[in-house]
Amino acid sequence: MIRQTCEVLSIKKWGAYHAITIVAPEIAEQARPGQFVQIGMPEGRDFLLRRPFSIAQASKKGGWAGTLEFSVYPLHGGTTWLTEIRPHDLLDVVGPLGRPFPYPRDMTNCLLIGGGYGAAPLYFLGQELRARGKRVDMIVGARTQERVFKPVEAKRLSVTVSITTDDGTMGDRGKVTDVLPGMVTRTETEVVYACGPNEMLRAVAEYCTEQRIPTQVAVEELMACGMGVCWTCVVPVIRREGKGWDYQRSCVDGPVFSGARVWWDKWLGGRSAPIQTPPHGFRMDEVTVGKGAEWRPE
Amino acid sequence: MATRVSMVTNLERVRLPSPVMAASGCFGSGQEMGTIMDVRRLGGIVTKSVTVRPVRGLPPPRMAETESGMLNAIGLQNPGIEEFLRKDGPFIAEVGVPVFVSIAGKSVEEFAEVAARLREIPQIAAIEANISCPNVERRNLVFACDPDAAGQVINRITQVTALPVFAKLTPDVSDIVTVARECVRAGATGLSLINTLLGMSIDVDTFRPRLGAVTGGLSGPAIRPVAVRAVFQVARALPEVPIIGMGGIRTARDAIEFLLAGAWAVAIGTANFFNPHVTLEVAAGVADFLAARGLRSPSDLRGRVEAPEAVVEEPAYRSG
Repeated sequence: MIRQTCEVLSIKKWGAYHAITIVAPEIAEQARPGQFVQIGMPEGRDFLLRRPFSIAQASKKGGWAGTLEFSVYPLHGGTTWLTEIRPHDLLDVVGPLGRPFPYPRDMTNCLLIGGGYGAAPLYFLGQELRARGKRVDMIVGARTQERVFKPVEAKRLSVTVSITTDDGTMGDRGKVTDVLPGMVTRTETEVVYACGPNEMLRAVAEYCTEQRIPTQVAVEELMACGMGVCWTCVVPVIRREGKGWDYQRSCVDGPVFSGARVWWDKWLGGRSAPIQTPPHGFRMDEVTVGKGAEWRPE
Repeated sequence: MATRVSMVTNLERVRLPSPVMAASGCFGSGQEMGTIMDVRRLGGIVTKSVTVRPVRGLPPPRMAETESGMLNAIGLQNPGIEEFLRKDGPFIAEVGVPVFVSIAGKSVEEFAEVAARLREIPQIAAIEANISCPNVERRNLVFACDPDAAGQVINRITQVTALPVFAKLTPDVSDIVTVARECVRAGATGLSLINTLLGMSIDVDTFRPRLGAVTGGLSGPAIRPVAVRAVFQVARALPEVPIIGMGGIRTARDAIEFLLAGAWAVAIGTANFFNPHVTLEVAAGVADFLAARGLRSPSDLRGRVEAPEAVVEEPAYRSG
């Protein structure tokens, strides 16, 4: 965990999003897909807390070495100011924070599912998976065309890409979960990674858990410190052995969790009664680890 | 000639290397923060509250940001005293700065049980009794709202420990001086003023409360004037009792305001979340302020606010 004053190198508009690239050599050196940074609010604002952004790119080599990219969607007052910054402005950055996406040791076929600007870290992840000899396929979903995150880059990165929009302005009309079963069959998916709205993650995790496909999801919960001390950003997570559960911090225990171990109904509201035993009726490690396979302890 | 400033601050039986501490619930036990700043330069650390048994805590969302502050409703999630001793004990024993362990409980006996177990870490500097957390589900058991109950808890803790006990009080009472007086009479060495104020925020798009637990504690710069007032009132009534002032501090000038109101030391909470170096920056700023005025010690500012001795009491008109 490093705190650095970082210079803004560039700010580019991608559809509805702004991609901000900053010079952050030490953070970029350590950063891994799934991790995030906390950007400090400038002086004189009504709101004081840092804003978390998942790391969309961290360049360690080449012309962009030492830079880090994150994306902003000017949704709330808390982040609009970031779309108005200019190159050479300075940002107060803390990172890299959180538990990154683990890589599979033996399994090869990885399906990456992103919703809205939640797709941001998946491109970084896709590169790292490919560098490890994995097959990468993607589903990118959004409300409408301009919110589909970097569709061209998705095509460059993966063997096959499926795009969905709620209004049908790009790709198939519908949700990512509508095309998920077909994609899983066609690409012989062995591992799923997902990042996006929590309800999307829930639908993906529930489907994959049923199909016994290990899933890693990056969740989002309201957060104050990002460093593990305030205990505000918790989500209910079923214990490894499958019995009982705890509120775990999405900033240090996550934001990446096994999709099968997040207790979605408890967290987002839903059907199930309080559980004492796993809701799935099988050993938790079967689906968090996958049959005969392990996550690389990277 | 430049005066030499000593930041050493004595709270009766506790000696702090600096008057700027990290407040409870905003700093863990110091282990996590130690990865980003030098905790050994702190005046002291007040740990997150620990209870007898593990506490699961309240459902998310647990945080709602508000203008110049934030609401939280954690519900005292903690692993319980056993795990605390195992996981944080060695760090506390070795960190080399005074550590105040914050303890909480649902009954007088629970406070006593935790306090007794703390003997297992002889390096602990003091106990802070969190008798005012407004977030615990059993709302009817806020000890600090009832002077008798507050006194009972403090008295019982002092029976099982030789450590100095600081009572952390809530401002959500009609007369904080009465509660403070009762805690001191029951054996408290000092007072921590103030805890969060109970608040609420509603999402007008969904008509739902923004906190999972509906209400929660308000902290941050928004509450500083309330805290300064509480410190001032208690310090005027009990000038011999060490007070750790807290509530919305994020700059050296904020901290100095507390000292002038009568605080002996200060603690910083919420500001750690957005500025992990705030405690050290504030301490440096206080030292500069003292040096610039030719003062030698933070205690030279203590209670120096130039307010009339007897504040005119016209409660009906005090808001204008």
